[in-house]
Amino acid sequence: MRLNLKIWRQKSAKANGKMVDYTLNEVNPEMSFLEMMDVLNQQLVEWGDEPVAFDHDCREGICGMCSMFINGRAHGPMTGTTTCQLHMRHFKDGDTIVIEPWRAAAFPVIKDLMVDRSAFDRIIQAGGYVSVNTGSAPDANALPIPKENADMAFDAATCIGCGACVATCKNASAMLFVGAKISQLSLLPQGQPEREERAIRMVEQMDKEGFGNCTNTGACEVECPKGISIENIARMNREYLKAKIAQK
Amino acid sequence: MSGKTQSGLIKSSIGKKVFMGLTGLFLCLFLAGHLAGNLQLLLPAEVARDQFNAYAKFMTTNPAVKVLSYLTYFSILFHAVDGLYLAWQNKKARPQAYYKKDDAANAGWASRNMAILGTLLLVFIVIHMKSFWYEMHFGSVPMYASVEHGELKDLYTLTVSAFTQWWYVLIYVVSMAVVGFHLWHGFGSGFQSLGMNHPAYTPILNGFGKGFAVVVSVLFAILPIYIYLTSLN
Repeated sequence: MRLNLKIWRQKSAKANGKMVDYTLNEVNPEMSFLEMMDVLNQQLVEWGDEPVAFDHDCREGICGMCSMFINGRAHGPMTGTTTCQLHMRHFKDGDTIVIEPWRAAAFPVIKDLMVDRSAFDRIIQAGGYVSVNTGSAPDANALPIPKENADMAFDAATCIGCGACVATCKNASAMLFVGAKISQLSLLPQGQPEREERAIRMVEQMDKEGFGNCTNTGACEVECPKGISIENIARMNREYLKAKIAQK
Repeated sequence: MSGKTQSGLIKSSIGKKVFMGLTGLFLCLFLAGHLAGNLQLLLPAEVARDQFNAYAKFMTTNPAVKVLSYLTYFSILFHAVDGLYLAWQNKKARPQAYYKKDDAANAGWASRNMAILGTLLLVFIVIHMKSFWYEMHFGSVPMYASVEHGELKDLYTLTVSAFTQWWYVLIYVVSMAVVGFHLWHGFGSGFQSLGMNHPAYTPILNGFGKGFAVVVSVLFAILPIYIYLTSLN
């Protein structure tokens, strides 16, 4: 199949970028979206052009590295899918595909389609961990955890930190990500000693990074490749509010 | 974890959302009360005049109602200032817009336009309060002697004559549509901001909120239309 691509090209963080048109003639519908990008880059290299820089790592939908805003949607038109798991069979011969980087003040563009998502790392560093060394895995039943809590914590923990929530949110808010990370630990016994402090620290860091505020549109949970629910944002609001009121 | 945390609740993003939710939901209660009072305008003219004016006197003089009014003024101002500040921050959080963004793919229209709907409402509130609230409190509304309630300010006649102008009716009807869309998202969103989200209750609450939005805006909009149509006879 033949595709027209409109891709954001930007030489460096400081340079001005622009949309550039490319045509790709022999795209196999069985290719993944990233393989299609590889084919384009190979062609660009052969022509002596600079290949399009984009993030990717596992290509199995579990690492959270691939990004790309495709035809106005984070990770493209399919729900519950990362860009690496999106296949060209979902596009038609002759389609024009617009490909842009995540757009947020807190995610500055490094080059072309790559953005700097280290703001997420700094939020995790602010409190998204358990300080105590937990040692090796405990006996299965030594630490009782209600099934519901284990399930909710697991659902929150499936967040791969890709940033699709920020990218799609009209306010570039990171609250689905931070909500998931706070929820995950607040639901488990290991997270209890630092529960309040964690909520305060992570929210403060999130605000410092310049993400927008949540207006509860729910766009993030639709675009999240892991289907994380905005229930986690409500839980974060609760956790933060309780922690702030109890703070000494 | 070490080092001090500093910022106050209101400075944080979540704190601001919580206050948006609290003031917004209080204003929903206010709207329900305001609507119940205004529905007296649908009574036959002779009954409505005395009853509505006596009600207006009670609403402007009763000390308990006064407390509620000040809470309402505060809520409107706080909700507006906080909302505009949040909208400005949100704008700043994405300095470069997308070349192509499919907004409708994942969020409702009302939820994406709360700031513009709210700004329109603020303009409406200024017009509305100038027309009736200011006239009642500081203007010169004519007095008359009613049979049952003694001397009363004739807010009823002021109201009824205001809505004999078609363009004024139009402003109100359009504004009530704006109220409807704002509440369509706002009611449920308020609870979510307060941290209330439950797999069983949230859908019910959101459904109720949408029903509330439709009923409140439609009933409010009926009043100016009713008064205008009656004035034609």
